[in-house]
Amino acid sequence: MSLKNLLLQKRSPIVKKWCDVVLRTYPEQSQSFLKKKDPFGNPVGCTIAEAIESIYDELLQGTESDNIPLFFDSIMRVRAIQDFSPSQAVGFVFGLKKVIRKELGSEILKEGISEEWAAFESRIDGLALLCFDIYSKCRQKIFDIRVHQVKNQSHRLLKMAGLAYDLPEDYESPGYEGDLKEGQVNKHES
Amino acid sequence: MAKIPESWNVPTPEGLTKEVDHGPLSLGLEKGWMRTPVEIKPGMHCYAALPKRSVALDMPYPRDWSAMDEDWKLPRNWREIVLEGFKDRLDRFRTFKLFMDICVRCGACADKCHYFIGSGDPKNMPVLRAELLRSVYRKHFTTAGKLLGPIAGARDLTLDVLKEWWYYLYQCSECRRCSVFCPYGIDTAEITIIGRELTNLLGLNIDWIAAPIDFCYRTGNHMGIQPHAYVDMIDFFVDEIENYTGVRVEPSFNRKGAEILFITPSGDVFGDPGTYTAMGYLVLFHELGLDVTWSTYASEGGNFGLFTSNEVMKRLNSKMYAEAKRLGVKWILGGECGHMWRVVNQYMGTMNLDIAEGSKMEEPVSPITGTKFENAKSTKMVHITEFTADLIRHNKLKLDPSRNDHLKVTFHDSCNPSRGMGLFEEPRYVIKNVCNHFYDMPASCIREQTYCCGGGSGLNAGEDMELRMRGGLPRANAVKYVHEKNGVNMLACICAIDRAVLPNLMEYFVPECDVTGIHEMVANAMILEGEKEKTVNLRGEPLPGREESE
Repeated sequence: MSLKNLLLQKRSPIVKKWCDVVLRTYPEQSQSFLKKKDPFGNPVGCTIAEAIESIYDELLQGTESDNIPLFFDSIMRVRAIQDFSPSQAVGFVFGLKKVIRKELGSEILKEGISEEWAAFESRIDGLALLCFDIYSKCRQKIFDIRVHQVKNQSHRLLKMAGLAYDLPEDYESPGYEGDLKEGQVNKHES
Repeated sequence: MAKIPESWNVPTPEGLTKEVDHGPLSLGLEKGWMRTPVEIKPGMHCYAALPKRSVALDMPYPRDWSAMDEDWKLPRNWREIVLEGFKDRLDRFRTFKLFMDICVRCGACADKCHYFIGSGDPKNMPVLRAELLRSVYRKHFTTAGKLLGPIAGARDLTLDVLKEWWYYLYQCSECRRCSVFCPYGIDTAEITIIGRELTNLLGLNIDWIAAPIDFCYRTGNHMGIQPHAYVDMIDFFVDEIENYTGVRVEPSFNRKGAEILFITPSGDVFGDPGTYTAMGYLVLFHELGLDVTWSTYASEGGNFGLFTSNEVMKRLNSKMYAEAKRLGVKWILGGECGHMWRVVNQYMGTMNLDIAEGSKMEEPVSPITGTKFENAKSTKMVHITEFTADLIRHNKLKLDPSRNDHLKVTFHDSCNPSRGMGLFEEPRYVIKNVCNHFYDMPASCIREQTYCCGGGSGLNAGEDMELRMRGGLPRANAVKYVHEKNGVNMLACICAIDRAVLPNLMEYFVPECDVTGIHEMVANAMILEGEKEKTVNLRGEPLPGREESE
């Protein structure tokens, strides 16, 4: 049996256990709450569960799907603002290897598909790198928002106080000489 | 003896004893929560109040300190101060005593807090946040707690406990969503309010609250804007409105003998996108020919005293009635603000009505429709969406909602107007009359169950953005849902803090969605007497399909 078929056969326990890997990164007392199936009452848990399932399915499709970054984005957008170090935030991706080894280790050996498994493992490594990129992008976004917030807070006040001046929309840039007096020569031109 | 089949999996005596935890007894709600020392993390707390903020209001123990430092420079007898303050409040506030005693820890509130939902930190469960105080209450004020200690869920007031209080009390936005689900009606926000009062006895306020109350007390508004600058800013709006509509509005300031005094949060005057809402008010008043005046003294609707102490709240609120009396107005019209309405609706009448004695104030009546606002009989203050909904109901506004056709709008019920005064229908009624496309978010995220924006109760500082993003996550999640399902691109709200917090939240989670106040949309839909052909909205943005012909 091919690895893909094995992974398909064991889809449901693998997805569940991979999801548990993510949930175990949260405080113990909150984990049962995060399993609740209420997309508006438990947005974190539901987002994780949906995305993990979708990522697994996309992964089995074999081809590098455009959707995988989107699903990772939905998880990382949340984890990037939560109480995790960068490695804790993305570490769950590697958890998939462990889950699969535990579920399918003996079958992989029995079927003699170790090479196929090694290739699959390196795809998981690739996912972790992708995930880290997305994490960094989310953090960068937070920093950008912070900067914009500071700018926006003061912009109107400065404008009102006459301390900041924008060119009007209909401003026409002066011609070649700028506002030089007739006969005067721009130093750069001379 | 019949043999028990192995498949029954009956536990053996050895197996059972293996499960017994021989560690110290922990009968608290959550295993080990009482023993955990708090780790104060950056991004999750606000900076400490600067010493100079304490001068005007004579707040105790002003000093330079930081929550990240080991030494908080507390007064030597800090423990006595807190315990005395605790006792004093137990005696003075029956609710507080009740809330300390009656919680049965059923857990109904546990998963209702937006900060818990977004962070997964168990100490953000309302029950546990309250338990931080209750445990000290039990230890020092109940016999069972004194005798049994941790077995009765009691713990001593130590420095670690104080730090934990502070960290989590300033991670509660006092939104009261949890109280909606409590079978006993325990208002965890009130527990936070009292808890913060206790921290204030030690000079432990945050600067994002201490600065506004100081400014507000000295200059009338949170930003410390002086009267001439306040007028300048409104004049600036007057010019903008004329540019965009062709109509010049003429607001008045501090005008004695006006019928109505208008008070709004200063955020509407000085922070985008609230400024467009302020322009909306100006347009509305002008078109109605309303006999209304603005005040440069009562130039703030918000009241961060609510997040500090009863006394500070009362002192800051007093200017509303004092100014209404001084100007001789009949009633007060209030702008789109959040916690201002909790203070006005729940506390102002009993707190400061004596100031209004001898004034010309009376039960508010709309001069345009003749409607009596019986609900505001005691406070003499009407919410602007009530006022505008009444105008629309009586066909007093000429509206062209198609001017807002490029907007697909949803409405974020701000915590305080919804849970603090039951204002659900009026804002929706107004929106539906000025916009053609309105989509509510799912029922568990709106009206009395609305989620907080994440930045209420003075937590909208630059330094605690992570906290706000976590807290705002459930709200953003619901907006994302209507954005994906219905194409929603505008999030309307009636709170100045919302208008400051939600744009950042949207930019992170739903960047396609912008934020607006309701009266910005009202003014954009209004057909004004003498207006020029409308090609732009109050933001100066071209209206799709109505752009100026080249």
